[in-house]
Amino acid sequence: MTGAGLRAGAPWRVLDGFGGSQRSASLFTRPRSVEELADVLRQARAERLPVSFRGNGRSYGDASLNTGGLAIDVRGMNRVLAFDRASGVAELEPGATIEDLWRAALPHGFWPQVVPGTMFPTMGGCVAMNIHGKNCFKAGPFGDHVVELDLLAADGTLHTLSREREPETFRAVVAGLGLLGAVTRVKLRTKRIETGRLRVRPVRTPNLAAMFDCFAQRLPTADYLVGWIDGFAGGAALGRGLVHEANYLSAAEDPQGRSLLDNDRQGLPPSIMGVPRSVVWRFMKLFTNDPGMRLVNALKYHLPESFGGDGSFLETHVAFAFLLDYVPNWRAAYGDAGFIQYQVFVPDSTARACLAEVLSRCRRRGVVSYLGVFKRHRPDEFLLSHGLDGWSLALDFPVRPRDPAPLRELTRELTDLVLEAGGLFYAAKDSVLDAPQFARAYGDRLQRFRAIKRALDPDALFRSDLSRRLAIGG
Amino acid sequence: MSLRFQRAIVVGGSSGIGAAIARQLAAGGAAVAILGRRTDELDRVAAAARAPGAGAVTTLAHDVTDADSIAGAFGRAVDSLGGLDLLVYAAGILHVPEEGEYDLGRDREIMKVNALGAMTWTGLAAARFEAARAGTIVAISSIAGERGRRTMPAYTTSKAALTAWMEALRNRVSRHGVNVVTVKPGFVDTEQTRHLAKKPMVISAERAASLILAAARRGGSPSTFIPARWGAVAFVVRNLPSRLFRRLDL
Repeated sequence: MTGAGLRAGAPWRVLDGFGGSQRSASLFTRPRSVEELADVLRQARAERLPVSFRGNGRSYGDASLNTGGLAIDVRGMNRVLAFDRASGVAELEPGATIEDLWRAALPHGFWPQVVPGTMFPTMGGCVAMNIHGKNCFKAGPFGDHVVELDLLAADGTLHTLSREREPETFRAVVAGLGLLGAVTRVKLRTKRIETGRLRVRPVRTPNLAAMFDCFAQRLPTADYLVGWIDGFAGGAALGRGLVHEANYLSAAEDPQGRSLLDNDRQGLPPSIMGVPRSVVWRFMKLFTNDPGMRLVNALKYHLPESFGGDGSFLETHVAFAFLLDYVPNWRAAYGDAGFIQYQVFVPDSTARACLAEVLSRCRRRGVVSYLGVFKRHRPDEFLLSHGLDGWSLALDFPVRPRDPAPLRELTRELTDLVLEAGGLFYAAKDSVLDAPQFARAYGDRLQRFRAIKRALDPDALFRSDLSRRLAIGG
Repeated sequence: MSLRFQRAIVVGGSSGIGAAIARQLAAGGAAVAILGRRTDELDRVAAAARAPGAGAVTTLAHDVTDADSIAGAFGRAVDSLGGLDLLVYAAGILHVPEEGEYDLGRDREIMKVNALGAMTWTGLAAARFEAARAGTIVAISSIAGERGRRTMPAYTTSKAALTAWMEALRNRVSRHGVNVVTVKPGFVDTEQTRHLAKKPMVISAERAASLILAAARRGGSPSTFIPARWGAVAFVVRNLPSRLFRRLDL
């Protein structure tokens, strides 16, 4: 910040959502401490400059964008403040990442309770979006393991929030999309683990019903359960895919796995099929089109994985958890127009019919997802969270700027279907909903959130492109 | 390709080429925000541009040497237009020092208007256009920027800087669909050049404006001389050995 103030003195930066299909030009600053952050907020308030927060930019849509406003990059505050080796409770600054967390935890026999498919999201982002992982049916979302957090509010006051202290605010800040203030400290529990590996069991499922059945059968015993769906398959094979179940191992089950509680032995492989990881996206780009992805999906479904004698194999936590990090810069394979990720959450009672219809509408419209991911969820306590007693399907669609109508119409139809089925959406992934659709999905919860926002941020200092699009507050 | 400009900002539009560009844009139906220091001149240009069928014209008093005010002026202009397709940076000042004169304050002022103001205005537009993957930026440089000339050292330096800046901007954002246009006029009959003794191949401001807008509409991020025949002159001037060039009365 210069003496000229933020509007005149802060640099501009073009930022994009992780999908690369949404961009904004905004003022940009990266404070290094809570004090600097407080100064920036004070100045932004004085200049009536809308503020949003951004970490590593892993939200797919416009959640961290703030056209014409100020984007505060929290990565200047990225320390692991404390890690209790006995209890596994960690305290981190908002710019610390999932990678920082697992690296702090693993050598002491702990692993984050919840990780997404990439290790790069920051703590601030994980709280704001209430991220989930492949164990969401069992462990719930990220917020379920947050013990306490500090929030710097618009008026400069620091609130320490937990389930005991200002619990209503706590439940609004987690999954609060960064719209209630700056999270400056996160205290959370990690999980004790005995070895550095998981036992992974892949199961091929010939259609969507089989995938639901496979999940139902394995949910009681699995620690992680995730389904991959081939969106190109139709007819009797609609929704075919692979389920991966993974379980933690005791020291007795995996004596050699103890030595893998070592950060240096948890890395991702340097190459994939002999190709250095850093250039794999260039090969992917050749296949990132309908015929190419049809082939890739079919091969993925049909080719066997490296199964052991009982159909299972051992994999490190990092290798199993962070699939999206195998190919650096993989999003570039979608080209300059990028892609959107669209994730729908449907209650258990309506999920089978609804998700089958979602997949079949995609095929009928000729707009097929290149990557489909299927998960089971449980409800949680956070106001704008996506968690429910049901199922989710995440779909990646390439964006075609010269012919945007088919994707726009498809997602509008799918959103209506999901709303009809009583479903929810995930703001970290969203870029297609409008304000009435969001209000219909969240109903009274949105009203309660808005009331808390009015109290904490009466001048609507904290805004983003997403909050404006969905009319969340301010 | 022929681009249509519906919302345009002209910085330095109170006289000369900028005023002519503003008038022609408005006559073509574009909404235009004209910025300049002299409000009476701005009002006069705006009044001339307002005609039946012309686009809306707004004016904003602005001094490009006040760096801290540029972002605010840019924001207000964009808001008043409801968006932006085209930015034209036409602000420029010229001073021919006398033999033995070293007016360094004046030289700094020339750099502020011709180069630094241009960098800030076009930079703001580039950020906006890069995000939007569309938009056109035009800056009026000069053939004078091809060499450092003893008769107008600060002016030629400022135009060389502007040309290089625009090339850098072009290399930075044309890949994102932004049209970055550098125009390098020769002599144009304006208030600024009225005192110059020799003005070979001089053209009117209206003619210059029409050639500049035609170059901008063609797209493809050109860097072009106005009119094109100055390209041949520039080629010769650029390639003259320094020992010879310094002897010329240029």
